[in-house]
Amino acid sequence: MPENIFKVNEEEYMLPGNRACQGCGLSLAYRYALKALREDTILTIPASCLTVLHGLYPTTSVTIPCLNCTFASTAASAAGLVAGLTATGKTNTTVVAFAGDGGTYDIGIQALSGAAERGTDFIFVCYDNEGYMNTGTQRSSATPMGALTTTTPILTKEQNKKDMLKIMEAHDIAYIATTSPAYPLDLYDKFVKAKRIRGTRYMQIHVPCPPGWGYPPRDTVKIARLAIETGVFVLFEVENGKFRFTGRSKSLAEKGNRLPLINYIERQDRFKKMSVEQLSRFQKFIDNKWHEYIKKAEA
Amino acid sequence: MAETIIMTGNTAAAIAAKLCQVQVVAAYPITPQTSIIETLSQFIESGALKAEYVRVESEHSAMTVCISASTVGARVFTSTSSHGLLYMHEQLHWAAGSRLPVVMCCVNRGVGAPWSIFNDQQDSIAQRDTGWIQLYCRDNQEIIDTVIQAYRIAEEVYAPVMVCYDGFVLSHTMMPVCVPDTETVNSFLPPYKPHTFLSAEKPRNINPVIFPGMRHNSEGVLCDGYMEMRYKLQEALEKARDVIVSVGMQYAKLTGRDYSELLWRYKTEDAEILLTGMGSIATEATVAVDQLRQEGIKAGVVGIRAYRPFPRKAIQEALKNAKALIVLEKDISYGFEGALCSDIKAALYGTGLNAPLHNYIAGLGGRDVKAREIYEAVKTSLEDMKSKKAQNKTIWINCRR
Repeated sequence: MPENIFKVNEEEYMLPGNRACQGCGLSLAYRYALKALREDTILTIPASCLTVLHGLYPTTSVTIPCLNCTFASTAASAAGLVAGLTATGKTNTTVVAFAGDGGTYDIGIQALSGAAERGTDFIFVCYDNEGYMNTGTQRSSATPMGALTTTTPILTKEQNKKDMLKIMEAHDIAYIATTSPAYPLDLYDKFVKAKRIRGTRYMQIHVPCPPGWGYPPRDTVKIARLAIETGVFVLFEVENGKFRFTGRSKSLAEKGNRLPLINYIERQDRFKKMSVEQLSRFQKFIDNKWHEYIKKAEA
Repeated sequence: MAETIIMTGNTAAAIAAKLCQVQVVAAYPITPQTSIIETLSQFIESGALKAEYVRVESEHSAMTVCISASTVGARVFTSTSSHGLLYMHEQLHWAAGSRLPVVMCCVNRGVGAPWSIFNDQQDSIAQRDTGWIQLYCRDNQEIIDTVIQAYRIAEEVYAPVMVCYDGFVLSHTMMPVCVPDTETVNSFLPPYKPHTFLSAEKPRNINPVIFPGMRHNSEGVLCDGYMEMRYKLQEALEKARDVIVSVGMQYAKLTGRDYSELLWRYKTEDAEILLTGMGSIATEATVAVDQLRQEGIKAGVVGIRAYRPFPRKAIQEALKNAKALIVLEKDISYGFEGALCSDIKAALYGTGLNAPLHNYIAGLGGRDVKAREIYEAVKTSLEDMKSKKAQNKTIWINCRR
């Protein structure tokens, strides 16, 4: 049972009337993440969908202090906040970087690797909507194989999604967790925990994107849930090098009743040009990852 | 008590940062800057300087760390050269746009391709329009003094300051430097008290997206748009001229070393031939001037300390009696002429001064330029200038053409 089921922070830090798209998976996740992070937090965010959500100068929809930074610099910006706060004697503030998959997997990876290697005391959150959605759905290294994007408009993406979580594991950091807006209490618990831990913490949230993925806005939670049910996205934690499944993924691992990938694919327009051969390669890719996780959990 | 010690320019820069009690240092090694941050590492690890040192993985991150640490109210320092500076380019705009008093040493080095580790000023000149104040030093004493003054200037006008000096020529050359004592620096430079900073207690969203027009905030106040913010940065740099002068005068009072002008002069009282330049090449020109004067040629040097803001009025005043002008510089704006030369011509526009002007492009990628060669080039120019066709020329010194 989720740890904080009866004690979710009632305070709202994300105000209504923000500029996120209808049905935005990020905004569902962000609301609960901020509730868990609460006061004594400073955010830093690069150019991304989140910049849009935060609003146009001189108003903002988020009541937690935030420093906007350039695209490639997110983790370094967090490192600068940590250094500046330490130097001025403010060591109780949690510094949180929140970047999209472009700002994490691609243009932001150098600064992130540097900050993680130095053991910078901060939380890096990647909200993964599997493409450059803020600029209008271009391919990223987090885009799954077979997806249509505006830069893979005919042939679809030919490569599998990069395993960013493995890259972060290789940095031997204090805490890694994956979570999903389909399971807000799982998300809340993990952010509460991350706030408590010191050192580098990496969180990855799988956030469905109605315009980018091509499904009706009302289905965001359904799509996020199907990603878990099919094993496209897996809920887990790695704490001090120890892997463990959590939430719904844990029961799927125990019962072995994952749904076939097609259940997830068929609901999204981005996969409408996917070939049968691509579908079976994608299924194999997910099965292999799943078995890797099972092995890790048993180790 | 101030103490005179023989040291390199890079040691002078590191000692200056320590005297200013910087709170956060973030830097990435690059020749010829590296020994500054090695010296600072020694200071910090030995406890001689109480500061956070973030050993970043790139210059882009170095400037980012400075930006964020400054945003929460810390005094910050970094240094770089050449490709490191170019890699920071995006963040230089971000630091200036954020109106943060970041101070950085740029140890001037040529820019590839092909690779050169040696000195010219193409690196910092290429960053001219990023909104940074740029000050150029001619010797190691000026390096220590300029870094200390840079914090006062930056923290008064809320604009970042780049202290530029020539790689190897100054960075790795030993010279006697009078090091001000801690009490003197403390009285000149109080601890940094930002007028605004980001803290967990006061929610705000710094540097969000801004639209072209002005917009009202939630209290109904009409706030600046993008253009108003840019205008204010421009105003700050315009105002910085007076600040640089007044800070320089206060520093002069404490140390006895003259920093009361945006320029420096050498034998200019009766000079008819005026040589101008920035950094060590202008120092070299003073030796050439002595040689010219031995032959009765009334030459002098007007050295430029502040390149941005550009000292337009001071230059108009300093050059007004010139019968011939020579602009020496270690950079080139490809497809036109030296960048400093263009600026000097622009400053003189409309003043009625129409003296012949030769622009010397010299010392690129560390090509040696001796006082004797400047002397000879000036002699040739003076002959050449007699012809109407040679009133305005760009000449590459010591270069096979």
